[in-house]
Amino acid sequence: MGPSGSGKSTLLAFVSSALDPAFRARGRVVADGADVSVLPAHRRRIGILFQDDLLFPHLSVGGNLAFGLPPGGSSVERRTQIAAALAEAGLAGFEQRDPAARSGGQRARVALLRALLAKPRALLLDEPFSKLDAELRARIRDFVFARARRLGLPVLMVTHDPADAESAGGTLLRLPG
Amino acid sequence: MGTAIRGLSRCCAPRRRWTLALFLGPVLAGLLGTLLPAFGWLPALGGAALSLDPWRGLLEAPGLARAVALTVLTGLAATLISFLLAMGFCAAAQGMRAFRWAQAMLAPVLATPHAALAIGFAFLIAPSGWVARWISPWATGWERPPDVATVRDEAGLALVLGLVLKEAPYLLLMAVAALGQVPAAQALRVARGLGYGPVMAWLKVVLPMIYPQLRLPLRAVLAFSLSVVDVAVVLGLGQPPTLAVLVLRWLSDRDLALWFPAAAGSVLLLVLVLAALALLSALEGVAAWLGRRWVEKGARGGDAVLLRGAAPALFGLALLASALAMAGLLLWSFAGPWRFPETLPAALTSATWQRQVQAITDPARTTLAVAVLATLIALALVLACLEAESRHGLRPGRRVMAILWLPLLVPQLAFLFGWQVLLVRLGLDGTLVAVVWAHLLFVLPYVFLSLADPWRAMDPRQARAAAVLGAGPCRVFLAVKLPLMLRPVLVAAAVGIAVSAGLYLPTLFAGAGRVATLTTEAVTLAGGADRRILGAYATLQAALPLLAYALAAAIPALLHRNRRGMRAA
Amino acid sequence: MRLRDTSEAVARVVAEKAAGRASGGSVDLIWINGPNFLAMKEQGLLFGPVLDRLPNARFVDREGKPATVVDFTVPVEGLAVPWRMAQVVFIHDAARVPNPLRSMAALAEWARAHPGRTTHPNIRNFLGVTFLKQALYELAPDRGALLRPATESMLRPAAEALWAWYDRLRPHLWRGGRHFPESGPAQRPLMLDGELDIFISFNPAEAAVAIANGQLPETARTFVLEGGTIGNASFLAIPFNAAHVAAAMATADFLLSAEAQARAQDPRVLGSPTVLDLAALPPEDRARFAALPASPAMLTGAALGRPLEEPHPSWMTRITAEWERRYGG
Repeated sequence: MGPSGSGKSTLLAFVSSALDPAFRARGRVVADGADVSVLPAHRRRIGILFQDDLLFPHLSVGGNLAFGLPPGGSSVERRTQIAAALAEAGLAGFEQRDPAARSGGQRARVALLRALLAKPRALLLDEPFSKLDAELRARIRDFVFARARRLGLPVLMVTHDPADAESAGGTLLRLPG
Repeated sequence: MGTAIRGLSRCCAPRRRWTLALFLGPVLAGLLGTLLPAFGWLPALGGAALSLDPWRGLLEAPGLARAVALTVLTGLAATLISFLLAMGFCAAAQGMRAFRWAQAMLAPVLATPHAALAIGFAFLIAPSGWVARWISPWATGWERPPDVATVRDEAGLALVLGLVLKEAPYLLLMAVAALGQVPAAQALRVARGLGYGPVMAWLKVVLPMIYPQLRLPLRAVLAFSLSVVDVAVVLGLGQPPTLAVLVLRWLSDRDLALWFPAAAGSVLLLVLVLAALALLSALEGVAAWLGRRWVEKGARGGDAVLLRGAAPALFGLALLASALAMAGLLLWSFAGPWRFPETLPAALTSATWQRQVQAITDPARTTLAVAVLATLIALALVLACLEAESRHGLRPGRRVMAILWLPLLVPQLAFLFGWQVLLVRLGLDGTLVAVVWAHLLFVLPYVFLSLADPWRAMDPRQARAAAVLGAGPCRVFLAVKLPLMLRPVLVAAAVGIAVSAGLYLPTLFAGAGRVATLTTEAVTLAGGADRRILGAYATLQAALPLLAYALAAAIPALLHRNRRGMRAA
Repeated sequence: MRLRDTSEAVARVVAEKAAGRASGGSVDLIWINGPNFLAMKEQGLLFGPVLDRLPNARFVDREGKPATVVDFTVPVEGLAVPWRMAQVVFIHDAARVPNPLRSMAALAEWARAHPGRTTHPNIRNFLGVTFLKQALYELAPDRGALLRPATESMLRPAAEALWAWYDRLRPHLWRGGRHFPESGPAQRPLMLDGELDIFISFNPAEAAVAIANGQLPETARTFVLEGGTIGNASFLAIPFNAAHVAAAMATADFLLSAEAQARAQDPRVLGSPTVLDLAALPPEDRARFAALPASPAMLTGAALGRPLEEPHPSWMTRITAEWERRYGG
């Protein structure tokens, strides 16, 4: 946690190798026991979720998930995996739906599923719940953390919201302003 | 009191209908005026009955098939290459410093008129051109230029490349504008986090997001490339020429009977353009379908090192060619004796300029007058539309936008021909009024497209704050909005002047050949006059819009030097 | 008014006649020759006769320069004012072609030995057809037939000889005879760059003028053919509906004055040979011509030879169409 401008998002950018050239950073990023700092963004396998779900508007819900799924496998196998993931998240049969027409909660869940299907080493959350209303926020938060815990996935989240920080149940770092 | 305010509001915001009439009138009347003679109807020339004779005349014209083939091939190739180059550059150079450099180079390239750039490009790549001079004779052994057609070649390659030099930067500019309106950077980070290589991520995620905004510009590029005349005259083959050039040749023939097949040829050109647009739509459908399949397969792509190097290099080469073309024009205009294979002129002299100053002043003055008048009118109309829009909450629908794009999508020949007949009727042909009107058709859309987004993005609270302080709508407009919008208004004006300064066919037709601008003169001279004189005309033709851009950048900087809030982002 | 071509001006007058504009026309004075003149004369689009209403017309050399009264075999009948002479010449770069050629046949032989170094303007261009007409004069079995309308029986033997010669020449022309410069002046930069060694011109002073302007190498020289070269006069005509007839006539008369003619013949200006009979001029006017500078690149008077008359316009039309049919597609 930290006030605006304390460098929370910049830290995430550093971890995912998207640092603005205006910044200089020192340090290493270690995931799964491997130093990934030397790798370009797409080889680090570190997923990211923003407050905007960033579902791709040109693809259906299923298409967005297929985008996350690593290549390979027959199209039947791929479809089965996607259907299973959707069903587990309470979204069974949503493959052909337009993501833009879904509710905020559904979109957030699809975005998480997409990130997880890519089998990341770690997950970055950049104030992922701040646009949701209070009730939905708690539900989605629980959904995300439960999934991450089950997969044993390291998560680095930046947030303004103490409730977010508390429910994450992990180490809390406060960046000075 | 209420009536007075309504009246005042009306005075500030004239009806959009006027703008449309001014706009649709010439295009529709012109199309009709082309269509009728194409089927034999032009009473003034003795065509009093509908017939298919013009089409027979057209089909029997020697070389028609090759002209059509050349038109279609060069038009499609120029559009496709421009699109691939612009998108390849975006995909490959994202985040690189090269992207910023290229963006900085866009304005001057886009400001340079097609004709000037084509002339400079011809100087560059001709058998006796600058490139051949650099590598001769030490590398090539050429003491004399090789007998090879590197310009005006049979395949139309020089024409295609000449078009690409302008159209690829134009599409890149449109892409940059579109990129500013979608969360491209974040979407890229998501895709990279999912394991996608940089180029693959851009192609699969960002391109589909911005493509809807590229549809119309891409269509404008396609229509323009198929129907262009000035670039084709400079860089294209004389025999057979492209269809547009062939038609123009008939229209300026002493034998007026040729007007009928010429009208049919204009209609054929229109049909070709419509068919090409339909083909583009079909291709888009197929590409979208295949693309979705491709995206859903999930292939991640690699570092794409080769593409990340090649695409910026190719695009850089295109920008470099443009810069060298312009430098060549300038150098020739000051060249003393400059024989092949000398790399540089033996001496620099202002003799060419001194000898031409008298001849060049008139067309330069006309160019400036037409450009300034057309731009001022366009600005007034566009500002009125935008102001009406913000006051009454009216946003132009798709139909209005389509009308605005109409002159950019319909081949110029197809309606200018018919419109000229109408102008003769009105006794307006060959007058400055007619030329300004014709230019307005092309200046207005670009001014609107350039100004609409910044105007709409203006914070409405500032106008409201002023209104609360008791300012009427007109005062708010004049005292708050216009000063706030000074930079975008001036940029839009520069765009308008650049568009006007580059127009060839509209000047030729509306001016009935009697109104000479730097563009018409340069294209006429490109037929084979002294390169030094041609260099002078083309240099001046390019200098005018560049000057307008420079002023648009300098004036706000000067006026607002003590206002931090008004500086460019 | 600026037009790309005389035919554009003619087209305007024709269009105005079609639209019923019998006065206040947009064209006051046209520089006109050949088919354009014939078309306007036949359709009654010319104002006049005007020539003998001009004071300076009495010095025009009608006997010595018959092209001043007969344009392309068509009697001018005073409907147009001759203002300068023109004659076919060939310009060569003496540094590369030391000896002038003497005939069109020799040109074909030379081209075979020096491929890609000569050409002619596009056939759509007036000078391009003139190149073929010049060859026709040399190759046609009956020269006299060229002055009469081209009939099928006269055309066939002449055309056979012409195209046989042209087929020998064409493969050795610049760009393999597939493309041509768009105009006469377009040949100049090609010689300056070293692409061309020989090209045709209609102005005996072109080389001298162009050298002075830096548009041709210093070594450019001019030659004519043994059998003579085609010559004609350039005319000015006033359209029937011209808005300013008096001003147009004054302009034409001024162009006929000894002062203007001498200036036009000055190789530093235009280098156009005069239409006037120098012998008939008052001495002070004759002196203006004597004072003109000479140039080694320019041919004058006797060196040019008496010009051949332009063939009847129908020959030009037929040759152009046949060329298009054979090589244009």
